[in-house]
Amino acid sequence: MSASLKAYQGSSGYIVSDELSNSVNIAISLKKPLLIKGEPGTGKTMLAQSIAESLAMDLIIWNIKSTTKAQEGLYLYDTVQRLYDSQFGESDVSNIKKYIKLGKLGESFGASKQVVLLIDEIDKADLEFPNDLLWELDQMSFYIPETKETITANQRPIVIITSNAEKELPDAFLRRCIFHYIAFPDPDTMESIISVHHPKLERKLLEQAMETFYMLRNIPDIQKKPSTSELIDWLQALVVGGISPSKIKKELPFLGVLLKKNEDLDVLLNQLQGKGNARNSNVLGRFR
Amino acid sequence: MFTNFFYTLKNYGMPVSLNEWQSLLEALEAGLAGSSLIGFYYLGRAMLVKTEAHYDRFDMAFSSFFKDIETPEGLPEKIWEWLNKELPEVEVTEEMRRNHQQLDLDELKRMLEERLKEQTEEHHGGNRWVGTGGTSPFGHSGYHPGGIRIGGESRNLSAVKVAGMRRFQEFRTDETLGVRQFQMALRKLRQFTTRLDGARTELDLDATIDKTCDNAGRLELVWNRPRENAIKVLLLMDSGGSMISYSRLCNQLFTAVNRTAHFKDLKVFYFHNCLYDWMFHDTHCSLNDHTPTDYILNHLSSDYRVIIVGDASMALYELMRPGGVIDWELYNQKPGIEWLSMLRHKFEYSVWLNPIPRKYWSWMDGSYTINKIAEIFPMEELTVDGLDRAIRSLKSRKAISAG
Repeated sequence: MSASLKAYQGSSGYIVSDELSNSVNIAISLKKPLLIKGEPGTGKTMLAQSIAESLAMDLIIWNIKSTTKAQEGLYLYDTVQRLYDSQFGESDVSNIKKYIKLGKLGESFGASKQVVLLIDEIDKADLEFPNDLLWELDQMSFYIPETKETITANQRPIVIITSNAEKELPDAFLRRCIFHYIAFPDPDTMESIISVHHPKLERKLLEQAMETFYMLRNIPDIQKKPSTSELIDWLQALVVGGISPSKIKKELPFLGVLLKKNEDLDVLLNQLQGKGNARNSNVLGRFR
Repeated sequence: MFTNFFYTLKNYGMPVSLNEWQSLLEALEAGLAGSSLIGFYYLGRAMLVKTEAHYDRFDMAFSSFFKDIETPEGLPEKIWEWLNKELPEVEVTEEMRRNHQQLDLDELKRMLEERLKEQTEEHHGGNRWVGTGGTSPFGHSGYHPGGIRIGGESRNLSAVKVAGMRRFQEFRTDETLGVRQFQMALRKLRQFTTRLDGARTELDLDATIDKTCDNAGRLELVWNRPRENAIKVLLLMDSGGSMISYSRLCNQLFTAVNRTAHFKDLKVFYFHNCLYDWMFHDTHCSLNDHTPTDYILNHLSSDYRVIIVGDASMALYELMRPGGVIDWELYNQKPGIEWLSMLRHKFEYSVWLNPIPRKYWSWMDGSYTINKIAEIFPMEELTVDGLDRAIRSLKSRKAISAG
């Protein structure tokens, strides 16, 4: 890969795998949206922030909710305000432009500099939502009938789309995207991720915590597996709570930070009980 | 030369379209693969694969297509960059220059590659600096400004090896394929109403005009509640042994129903071959975890749409006789068929989905019970089209047979 294309290399607050930075750079140079999937807590949303930071661009975030319509991302025409204004004659209603408010997508098109546009959790929206955006993302322009205006992107924004796979996305949409699945980090990568967040962590504490963490993740019946962000929070709790490393595996302190479902807690307790291990009696005692 | 790769991918069941292929060729022309096989692997994967469920297929296709190609590229690309870009800037001493003159660049690269191999072997999984100290031709100590790191072992694998590792095997869930189609069919199951509670956020244009006219032109806005789906769904699934062969299909349906967020309420219960006094909460159908069918009949309003998924193929006594339940620790006073017809009478909007294709219904093993149940419930086969028809019949009451 030539030097000019290696634009994105990760930033100081975000560890990126070579695979991922490759995908990002492919998406940037091919001017296609990058679709990111992955387990919760693998840093899908953080990626966009990191790209914006490392390329010194502004970040525009469009959070998708179940009620979000594609149109909202383009523009909103505030008819009601216009009606009111016409009633009270407070301003010039003939200027429709005043009542057109650009949405997040429209904003990113209108920006004078190239920006990073994050469309977060696209799968939250209606099934047809991605299809409604095909043309706009392809052509990077849209038409406002009210003002007979076409908004075209000055600088094609770098579009990052994240999905939690709650819904399947339509094929036509997928065909236009570069796809990357963020795999769960292996222990080595995890260590470097942690060192970004907790640079001065005691070696022993880290080792013990990591071991416990991956042990929990490997219990097959756990429904909501603890993720990176939970591990980071947990370490924070361990440090603040002044827990000595030797106690981590025995007592599993602050377990609620890692396991958030009652069922999962039960599964873990059953496992520990099954082993009939005296060293775990501490843990069991606390939950009884 | 890559056209065959396209067909290899197709053969491995990858849904590659010509559009994507063309974009890939453009990307190759733009040099995005960096003329290395590993680069091509990542480029191809990013552009051609659209779901993690297909990563494994891509890996298999890739390793089968490129397995015979020798790859001289155990070399991390950062090192290549370093060699290509940074080397000339270094101040070299006389001695170094003499060393350099003896070797051309290719030779250098080859040697560095060997050196790198040695290093990873020595420092297992290591994060070691390359080229610090020493007297080798590239041993300019303290030379790299930002530091060049080889990130662990995996970076040194060739593309074929990476593909051969098939790290994404577990994501191979062929189930996801039909889910969207099922979801699209389920979408039709809706009944919009504005009667539900909620904020009035939609402008009611007609009422606004009327009101404003009444006010002699003075604007008065009227707001309405947005329409919402009022459909409630009760999904009953057979988890009996004979259903195992259809588990993939049923999983698709289940995933689709579960992900369909627009139902007002969704309840899922399981049963074993036929419905009796118990509706179980999970597929194990254990007595510890159930809701009495009576309770469902008495407490759920009759506007629940009931979708029953089962093969309806069972022994005659399971359906017709008291005590016919197949689990030995259970006993049913009423025969299964009576429960079914009670269910049907309570829930007029109900349908039975059968994963067995319709053409077998009349002559296969359980055809008697299939037909008996089909007399009670409208029965459709569990396909996208069948679901479509079933949804249509769920939208209107069907005459209930005397059965």
